[in-house]
Amino acid sequence: MNGQRPRRGAKQSPSKGDLLQLYYYMRLTREFEESILKLYRQGKILGGAYTGNGNEATSVGSAFCLKKEDYLFPMHRDLGAHLVKGQSLRNLMLQHLARANSLTRGRDGTGHYADPSLRIYGNISHLAAMIPVAAGVALASKLRKEKAVVMTYIGDGGSNVGDFHESLAMCSVMRLPLVLIIENNQFAYSTPIAKQFIVKRLSDRAIGYGIPGITVDGTDVNEVYAACMRAVDHAREGEGPTLIESVTMRMHGHSAHDGAEYVPKNLLEEWKKKDPIARLEKHLTEKKILSASKKLEFEQKISVELEDAVQYALQNPYPAAEEAAVGVFAEQLGIKI
Amino acid sequence: MAVVTYIEAITKGLWEEMERDSSVFLLGEDIGEYGGAFKATKGFLNHFGSDRVIDTVLAESAILGAATGAALVGMKPVAEIQFADFVTSGFNQLVNNSATMHYRWNIPVPMVVRLPSGAGIHGGPFHSRNPEAWFFHQPGLKLVAPSTPYDAKGLIKSAIRDPNPVLYFEHKRLYRHIKGEVPEDDYTVEIGKGDIKREGNDISVVTYGATVHQALEAAELLEKEDGVSVEVLDLRSLMPLDKDLILDSVRKTGKLLIAHEDNITGGIGGEVAALVAEFAFENLDAPIKRIGAIDTPTPYSPTLEEFFLPNKNKIVAALRALAAF
Repeated sequence: MNGQRPRRGAKQSPSKGDLLQLYYYMRLTREFEESILKLYRQGKILGGAYTGNGNEATSVGSAFCLKKEDYLFPMHRDLGAHLVKGQSLRNLMLQHLARANSLTRGRDGTGHYADPSLRIYGNISHLAAMIPVAAGVALASKLRKEKAVVMTYIGDGGSNVGDFHESLAMCSVMRLPLVLIIENNQFAYSTPIAKQFIVKRLSDRAIGYGIPGITVDGTDVNEVYAACMRAVDHAREGEGPTLIESVTMRMHGHSAHDGAEYVPKNLLEEWKKKDPIARLEKHLTEKKILSASKKLEFEQKISVELEDAVQYALQNPYPAAEEAAVGVFAEQLGIKI
Repeated sequence: MAVVTYIEAITKGLWEEMERDSSVFLLGEDIGEYGGAFKATKGFLNHFGSDRVIDTVLAESAILGAATGAALVGMKPVAEIQFADFVTSGFNQLVNNSATMHYRWNIPVPMVVRLPSGAGIHGGPFHSRNPEAWFFHQPGLKLVAPSTPYDAKGLIKSAIRDPNPVLYFEHKRLYRHIKGEVPEDDYTVEIGKGDIKREGNDISVVTYGATVHQALEAAELLEKEDGVSVEVLDLRSLMPLDKDLILDSVRKTGKLLIAHEDNITGGIGGEVAALVAEFAFENLDAPIKRIGAIDTPTPYSPTLEEFFLPNKNKIVAALRALAAF
């Protein structure tokens, strides 16, 4: 822990019920992404297909700390966060398949959507560009005395972008309720972290802004949860932002087209031993929290729900071509929720 | 009606909208305690408080991103970029976030960015920009550039009430040099509507911002010395462009001069020329002429800056060439 210490007091370990939920969402995240890759290989997903294999404990464990009124600004390896915040598999599948009734009406893909009813605002492809926007939502939350917290993410490479630093400068001075999680997954596309930074821990960057910074093992959902709970509590109490570095591994390529031959095999093997799902499953089995029948029940539920989402999305049409010309400007104020 | 300066008109418009709508707030560098680099928001902090007049860190991308985020959840931020030149430091936020959100997400982004712009104040390369053309090319942004106190107040009010991101280009040279009558009551100037600042029959000048005043002086001179009747069309809104007004004027006069202070190449004048060439070609009695700053960075020394900028004499010369054609 660097800089100031965040306030204590938040519940910092998940209950047994929470742990089962976390396990379920982590499994669901991985299975969903596997089905995305399959659709990509079948030529049904036309653009990029990004996965967060290895990042499930981070995306799920972090968003699990949010309340309904909190805002989520996820990145492209945070499918789990979307799910935890309440997004449906059908909606996510429609987005990936560019359908007319997707949340962006086919205008954008993947997690690049916003769903104000769930307070989810997706990323754009410019890394770190959403952090200032998240800061603006945190500012609105503060000005309106909502007590809502904003959680957002960036990668190890993205933490070099100016927006990361400008946002921390602004949020720290104004004590805005932001939780910023760096998902250090060892590679920014093909570039290893040794070429991205020379600090020991990326959370050390918090020192420069006088805010709490903590590095956690991103494959351990308990550790992620504890750090995020403290950060969320700290933000909600009006104490300002926290920077969390979650150390994990990008087990797949940058996107589905990338074979990631540049990643040393032994590195992948080392990280595979720390697979976040296997790790949690072992813990839950040993503690007799997860029974074989419960596990089977989860697997069946996931399988049925995924099949439903894929079939539902595939049945829906692409948007009418001339829809492309509609909606550049808003005609009126107000959000349809 | 009170006679006020251009900057006072902006101040009045901001003040009235803040009184009218509690979701309007200001953010920017030095705007609170100091009252803004040009004092447009002097006295606002005391009256409206620090939750509505926010002095920010020096970080343009964070300012514009934060304005975008606050607008996304229903507030109405007015961000001041101290000099329009510095908007480049937050360019990505405007063109990739603010501009695309409604198209992608169907959520309005009701934000305003105030951009003190323009040369002729010995500001040199980095305090003189007219950066409107960069944003003109980006679908999803509205652009306005008032030339008079009346339009300045009416357009800032419309910009604040608009459900889209609006870039408000206010010309620094006009701040205290141009005065005009401004109603005390609540009025707006519709975004997307140009204004005929002077009626004429022989030549149309399509212009905006500070160049409007040079065009008006040139038109007076031509009337007096040459007996040529010049119409001056002030675009006021650059996006959307008032295409009908431009075409109607050219169809009447048959000759077109486009004049703006921004660099000539890739400037908004090029789009106006294309519009007229495409839709009013048969009405033209002469080739379209354009005047703008030459294609260099804005030079500092007064002799260089004068050569760089359009001015009344250059407009007069162009009008005479058109009249003689």
